[in-house]
Order: sequence, then structure tokens, then C-alpha cells
Amino acid sequence: MLDTHQTLETPESIDLELHLAGPVVRILAFGFDFGIRMVIQIIAGMILSAFDQIGLAIMMILAFSIEWFYPVFFEVFHQGQTPGKKTMGLTVIHDDGTPIGWSSSIIRNLLRFVDFLPVGYIFGLISMCSNDHFKRLGDFTAGTLVVYITPKQVTHPIPKDQPLHPPIPLTVDDQRAILNYAERLHNLSPERQRELANHLSPITQRKDNDNVVWVVRVANGLRGNP
Amino acid sequence: MKQQQFEAKYRYEWQDFESQLELLESKKTSDTDLTRFAKNYRKICYYLALAQERRYSPDIITRLNGIALRGHQQLYQHKSNVLHNMLTFIISGFPQQIRLHAKLIGFASALFYGPALIFGLLVYFTPSLMFSFQSPDQVADLVAMYNPANNAESAETRGSEQDLVMFGFYIRNNIGIGFQTFASGILFGLGSIFFLMFNGLALGGASGFLSSLEYNVPFYSFVITHGAFELTAITIAGAAGMKLGFSLLSPGQKSRKQALLDAGKESIQLVYGVIFFLLIAAFIEAFWSSSSTITSTIKFAVGGSLWVLVFTYFYFGGRGAQKNNSHMEKR
Repeated sequence: MLDTHQTLETPESIDLELHLAGPVVRILAFGFDFGIRMVIQIIAGMILSAFDQIGLAIMMILAFSIEWFYPVFFEVFHQGQTPGKKTMGLTVIHDDGTPIGWSSSIIRNLLRFVDFLPVGYIFGLISMCSNDHFKRLGDFTAGTLVVYITPKQVTHPIPKDQPLHPPIPLTVDDQRAILNYAERLHNLSPERQRELANHLSPITQRKDNDNVVWVVRVANGLRGNP
Repeated sequence: MKQQQFEAKYRYEWQDFESQLELLESKKTSDTDLTRFAKNYRKICYYLALAQERRYSPDIITRLNGIALRGHQQLYQHKSNVLHNMLTFIISGFPQQIRLHAKLIGFASALFYGPALIFGLLVYFTPSLMFSFQSPDQVADLVAMYNPANNAESAETRGSEQDLVMFGFYIRNNIGIGFQTFASGILFGLGSIFFLMFNGLALGGASGFLSSLEYNVPFYSFVITHGAFELTAITIAGAAGMKLGFSLLSPGQKSRKQALLDAGKESIQLVYGVIFFLLIAAFIEAFWSSSSTITSTIKFAVGGSLWVLVFTYFYFGGRGAQKNNSHMEKR
């Protein structure tokens, strides 16, 4: 349940990985949208108040549309992202990974009324916390998921070094761990780099920085740097 | 093949595909050559599968996964003609859905009109009962609204601009109630049942109380016309909501999750019809029902024919289209 990664098998029989969004980030996105809705209503109210009765009539229709259809509009026309979701890097998709359409978007947003009950989205929160896809009732009914968008990737290539052949055979998972370590090196403090690499001391018979260099070299060997 | 060779060999294809995706996502597709898109997408899937199988580094898998997912979204999306769909829905889809769910809508109507009739009669014979349902202020407002003496006065002051305000109010209020009646049905149908009965009681109470005061002409002539659409729409919304709730109670051969999904897909069709009907109702209620220049005789005549029209529409609408469909299927 704590694992937010889900795989989705496509008709091409590959497994796409989805990163599901949990309650906290979705609440933040909602808060952001809520703020925007308030601002729109206040500004519209100020402008329309200059037009008397007609302004009041338009204001009521606008309030109705925003109450119920603000998320629908953005989800359908902006690739499943309301401004709040966009800020948080989230998007709504169907269970099968396809983009959300009119019907599902309307269903999941009409059901907000029930997710909101009895007060402050309590039903929605309970629902989200009790299934492994973080679905609120609207998501169940519409068959939708809220997932993270893969961020624009900033790649940090493995630091170049002379390739080294590992002294013992490595399983594929070991190989992957070593590559992962080498790619994440730029994110780790020097102490942490050493700490992690030192787990290999029994094999390498080295210490600290020498270990780090050793792992990077093996990674170079695995990846096949020219 | 080592990862480095793999990257060097295919990197340009990935970049190509990414730029194609960006064009598609920005919706400037008219000048793009898309003939290779599906083929490229399958190739990306192949590279992703290879990269996963060979346990290449997470960086490259994340990247391929990202573009494959975006490709998947572009390839498998629906593009539909909204206007055309709306028209076919109004002409044939909606009445077909109504006939499909006739039993459930009948049940919803019983839950709505039943309490209305019983409470209406009770209030008619003992008007004080109305105060157990609504506060004295609310009842006073109700009475003031249909008092023939007040009506004659307000007729002169009420302009077309006020009609517009009421139009806005009815849209917000009535469609909101319709949506609530639908959505709350997911609570095992209880929410819809509550809203149906509650609104039924309100309608029955008002008619009973006003009839006992002999304000029946202004009241019924007001309600009859838009009621053809509004009251019908509320019962349909209730039926759509109960469909959600009942799918959880008795999912049949399906899992509850799947049953709810399917019920959602079907009931949203009814909700579209509810929106359509409530828009018409708000328009009639604001500009016709409340008009004081139209005599009540005309209102009763028009209102009555609209009820007949609505039921004719439900009964006959879209039957031709159905025949055509089944005819096509047979061939």
C-alpha cells in the first residue's frame, strides 16, 4: 500500500509505470484551485456589479459553472490538469492510462459532492486512504487515477572513469543498483556516497573514497562507456 | 548490447518521437506528418521493453517510460464531435436511455410523487401540519409569493431584467439540486432517496397548503409548465443516483468496482438529459411561468401540452434510430 508505483500493461504488452498521487499533494492542489476559484469569483463579482441586474444574473450562472465545472473544463481541455494539479505536477487519466474525456470528468467532479460529505472532504479522504490507488469515490465511479507527470528529465550521466570488470558475478539486480547509485551520485553528499559504498568493503577490500571510485568504475563497465 | 551502445544507436529516434509528441500535445497537428506516429510508438514500446528486460539504468527507463506513456495517451484518446453527439443524444439517445431505465425511473417517481400526494392531502385537510415541515417564515414567504393580491402589484414592478436574475438563480439552484440528487446516490442509493422524498414533501406541502388557502390557480398555473421538465428531471436524477448505489448493493456477476464503473457510464447519460431538461425548465420558469401578462388558462393549456409532449418524446423518441441500428447489425 505504501508503494505508489503501479504498472499498467498496454495493448503493446509493455508495462508502463505510473506514479500515483497521494492525499497530501492532492489536497494542496485542491487548495490552490480553491484560491483561484475565489479570485475569479471576486474579480467577476466586482466587474459584474457595475451591470446591476444583468450582472447579477451572469454572476449566478458563473458561480454555478465554477462550482460544478471548473475542474471539468481544465481536465478536458488541458490534458487532465487543473491549474492546481499543474502546479503540483499531477494529472488525471483513465485507469487504462488514456486521457480523461467529458463523461469521466463530469462524473468524477459531480461526485465531489459526496466526497465532500459530511464536511471538508472526509468521505473522499477516507476513501483515498482505504485503497491502494488513492481513489476517492468520484475516481471509483469514473474509473480515473491521479498520477504524477514524469518531470522533464535532467539527466546526470554517470561520471566517466575507466571501466572495471567486477571481481564476482553480479546479478541483474546488483547491476541495476550499481547503475542507479552512479546516476544518483550528484544528489548525495560525499559522506553519504562513502557510507553507501562502504557496504561493499568486504568485496572490494577498500575504504571510503576508493570504494566510491570502484563503484563508479564498475558502473562504467556495466554501461559500456567507450 | 551495452547500455551506452543502445543509447547511442537509438537516441535520435527517441528525440524524433519526443518532438512529434510535443507537436501533438500543443494541438498544432494540421501541418504535422503523422503517418509514422503509430509505427514510432510501437518502436518506443519495444525499446522500453528491451531496456526493462536488460536492466538498464533507471534514468533511461524513466525516460522511455515517460515518452511511451505520452505516446499511449496520444494514440488511445477519443476525439469526438461534441456538437454532433449532443444533437443525436437529444434526438434519440436520451429517450432511449429513459426507456432502458423505465422501471428505475418509475420507482424514483413513486418516491417523489408518493410523499408529495400523501403529504399534500394531509396538509390540505390540516394545514397546520405544514409548520412541522417548514418554519413559519418559510411558509409566510411561500404564501406571499402566490398571493393573487401581491401578484397584481409585483407584475408592474417586475421587469425583464429581474426575469434574467431569476433565470440565473434557477440554473444555479435547480441544476445544483439535480446534481446533488444524482451524486448522493452512491451512498447505497440513500442520498437520492432522501432528496427525492424531501423534494416531494416540499412540493406536496406547498400545493396542499396553498390549495387550502384557495391560491390554487396562481400556484398550479405557475408550476405546471416548467414542472413538465423540472419535476421529471428530478426523478431522472434520482433514478441515475440510485443506479450507482444499487450497483454496489447488488453487483450481480461483476465485482463491485466494475459494477460501479459500468453504472457510472450509463447513469451519466441520464445526467446529461437532466441538465438538458433543467436548462429548459429554468428558462420557462423565469420567462414564462412567472409572467403575469399570460392568463392562467393559456398557462394550463401550454403546460398540459408540454407534459404530453415530454411523455411522447420519451415514448417515441429515437425508436427509428434503434430500428436502423438493429437493421445494420443484422446485415
